[in-house]
Amino acid sequence: MNIKKELQVSAIENGTVIDHIPAEYLFQVINILGLDKSKNSVTFGNNLESDKLGKKAIIKISEKFFEDEEINKISLIAPHAKLNIIKNYKVVEKKIVESPKKVVGIAKCMNPKCITNVEPVTTRFKVINDSPITLKCHYCEKITDHKHIEII
Amino acid sequence: MDNKSLVSIDDYTKEEILEVLDRAAKFEENPNCNLLEGKVVASLFFEPSTRTRLSFETAISRMGGKIVGFTDSSSSSVTKGETLKDTTKMVSNYCDLIVMRHPIEGSARYASEVSDVPVINAGDGANQHPTQTMLDLYSIYKTQGTLENLNIFMVGDLKYGRTVHSLLMAMSHFNPTFHFIAPPELEIPRGYKILMDKNKISYHEHTDFDDIINQADILYMTRVQRERFADPLEYEKVKNVYILKNDMLKNTKDNLRILHPLPRVNEIAVDVDTNPKAYYFEQALNGVYARQAIIAKALDL
Repeated sequence: MNIKKELQVSAIENGTVIDHIPAEYLFQVINILGLDKSKNSVTFGNNLESDKLGKKAIIKISEKFFEDEEINKISLIAPHAKLNIIKNYKVVEKKIVESPKKVVGIAKCMNPKCITNVEPVTTRFKVINDSPITLKCHYCEKITDHKHIEII
Repeated sequence: MDNKSLVSIDDYTKEEILEVLDRAAKFEENPNCNLLEGKVVASLFFEPSTRTRLSFETAISRMGGKIVGFTDSSSSSVTKGETLKDTTKMVSNYCDLIVMRHPIEGSARYASEVSDVPVINAGDGANQHPTQTMLDLYSIYKTQGTLENLNIFMVGDLKYGRTVHSLLMAMSHFNPTFHFIAPPELEIPRGYKILMDKNKISYHEHTDFDDIINQADILYMTRVQRERFADPLEYEKVKNVYILKNDMLKNTKDNLRILHPLPRVNEIAVDVDTNPKAYYFEQALNGVYARQAIIAKALDL
């Protein structure tokens, strides 16, 4: 059976589609990728039906192709996100989001006695485990585990 | 200037640890010198710590250096709301080296990044206290003649004791066998067990203090603190289990030495003090030599 469903967010000619974003993190993904300041045309849908996630979000950005380093930032909150690179309405490449080795300025250290929670210091973490993603603070050396990751 | 700083014991490689220990031995032979002549060291103690501060200031004085600074934050501009960044930047203009004790974790790493001169961490909250670790290592090296292949016993609060954790990390370079003696509430954290498994270091856990200590080369005692227990009854149950008494040392090895980061309360009975295997007071003195060597390394002297 091959039922062609109507697209819930209309197709783009050239650009990047980010699919399988957990619905509750759509706006954080937009922030992390700086799409709120983007001049490109950005379309998105939220609370769409998904077999995997229940509710998901999807973002389509025209004429935009991300560097891996840039896109990997969202792995903290959307570890199962998938990227489709679109050229001429066709998917020319599929990518999955990979955990970065370092996380700078995105997440909050869960240790209330850490200097980054006391003074305006840019947070820095080493990723010590990919799945579930686990961060070690560069400053206080404490671990922030997946459940406690909070995006700034 | 981050590279010359000593913030965490991990900042030193195995070779650097050995280099500093050899240097400490030279300072012990000849503690007074003028290596720091014409140099100013800022001693910034944002929280009081008499032992560490006096040890550092003795080290600096014996090397002919001058000291500026404060002994607790109430006498500094911190009370006016100045940030650590601003204090560090300002002080680093004045001096050649910063020694810093601060209650906030990660403060030393941050200071080392904003400072133009090296920073030596004299304790950042519950995080790191690398100069204590270096003096512990120096005490072990001096009394055993080596750091390799030793039986190290750690007793007491192994969960929260930062000296225990840092010593464990540093000793991991030297193929030790660890024995941990602690109540289940205060056992060594899982993260360190994973690390030891990864590095193929053998370790054994015990809840009782018995004949097992007859195998020890080093007995590292720590204080079991009442405030670590949610239930005061639990504390009452375990508080006397981990007390070292002189008669327990009868069948121990001749080369055994007993270390303790001090201050002690009751975990080492006073009758142990006169036993030649008691080493905790000499251990504190070793802190001066270890810190002299650390300062010399930080300044490339």
